[in-house]
Amino acid sequence: MAGGDDLKLLGAWASPFVTRVKIALALKGLSFEYVEEDLRNKSELLLASNPVQKKVPVLIHNGKPICESHIILQYIDEAFSGTGPSLLPTEPHDRAVARFWATYIDDKSMRGKTEEEKTEGIKKTLGAVETLEGALRDCSKGEGLFFGGDSMGLIDVSLGSLLSWLKATEVMSGAKIFDPIKTPLLAAWIERFSEFDVAKAALPDVDRLVEFSKKMKQAAAAAAAAASEN
Amino acid sequence: MDHGGEYAPDEKVELLGTWSSPYVFKVIWALTMKGVEYEYVEEDLRNKSGALLSLNPLHKKVPVLVYRGKPVAESDVIVEFIDEAWKDRGGGGRILPEDPYERAMARSWVIFARDVLSPPIWKWFTAPGEEEQEGAREAAVAQLLVLEEELGRKEFFAGDCVGLVDLSLGALAYVIPIYEEITGTRIVTEERLPCLSAWMGRFLSSPPAKDHLPPLEKLKLSFLGERTL
Repeated sequence: MAGGDDLKLLGAWASPFVTRVKIALALKGLSFEYVEEDLRNKSELLLASNPVQKKVPVLIHNGKPICESHIILQYIDEAFSGTGPSLLPTEPHDRAVARFWATYIDDKSMRGKTEEEKTEGIKKTLGAVETLEGALRDCSKGEGLFFGGDSMGLIDVSLGSLLSWLKATEVMSGAKIFDPIKTPLLAAWIERFSEFDVAKAALPDVDRLVEFSKKMKQAAAAAAAAASEN
Repeated sequence: MDHGGEYAPDEKVELLGTWSSPYVFKVIWALTMKGVEYEYVEEDLRNKSGALLSLNPLHKKVPVLVYRGKPVAESDVIVEFIDEAWKDRGGGGRILPEDPYERAMARSWVIFARDVLSPPIWKWFTAPGEEEQEGAREAAVAQLLVLEEELGRKEFFAGDCVGLVDLSLGALAYVIPIYEEITGTRIVTEERLPCLSAWMGRFLSSPPAKDHLPPLEKLKLSFLGERTL
């Protein structure tokens, strides 16, 4: 890492998009300052760094902010290309395939706020899982180790960052998202991914997420009830 | 490597698209910037070809680029692929900047165009009543003003030549005038958005775009159809 590289990550512990950046930074061996944001009371720094969307994650490198998790991941890979492993392969078509799947995963990531959106999100995810099983088989050349082939790459980080939320969703909804019989490669990939130090350090605790999600639902229900009483 | 126009069969470039899609045009402009010759295949989306279904089985959408027998789908992914596969080709230069931070900023503007700018523009065009239309128009203008500031005195968003952000916004240069004609309201005026106004004309006559635009009368008719639904 070049001398004087100042990296700051503005995030929220529950956000899988923030987790994504944490994992990427850890993979590259980059040290950074983490700032936990209260999303109901956003800091001046966050509002100044991401004035349009006001969202986390924001990576600030030597004072310059970068927003959107997939943009941040590519930035990390390009700005620190000499440091640690590459997140993207070198061959243009392989890179296009990696970006295609990362886009797909992003699309299917459950970003719903309302109950309907979340339910739709779960259905989308279940539909996506079988597709991803096929993608893993192709990308890993049948071995199923990593989407990135021999080592962790962009797709592994993109999907892996969702794991705690996916597990929390399984707990709350009773739906089994990763069935070892239907999607054996993925099920094994999840076990393997969850054991990596970079994943363990970055992924939020599933029980804590379940509690958090319940509280959010209660707050939303209370707000809806109050609104309908007016 | 310069092929001088003749490609060996495995070097053939094929683009599956439809005449009305701005995403297809974004790819056409990118190929034009690089001077890459390609065979264009028009798809009927109500009757998709076997080729399309096998090349993009997941989304079954256009555009799809095929190079050396391998497909690339998703227009933003295709444009970055073109920039990398034909890295040193084309007097049009790099589509994305070299500097990592500048690349991140360009990609951010693409997201802005898609997620922040396009929704209010669509709302304005499809608004059922005058009040909603006016509200949506002002919301769209607010975002266009952000673009106006970003563009400033530059020829193009990328500087002297067309770049990624110009390609991503390019369809607006011909869509907005059509929407204005159909709705009878203006959204980009020289008074409020002088730089953007000038950019629109400049983009349409730029080397990548000038000979590669959809049939505008035909497009207007298809938009008219969309609006009365």
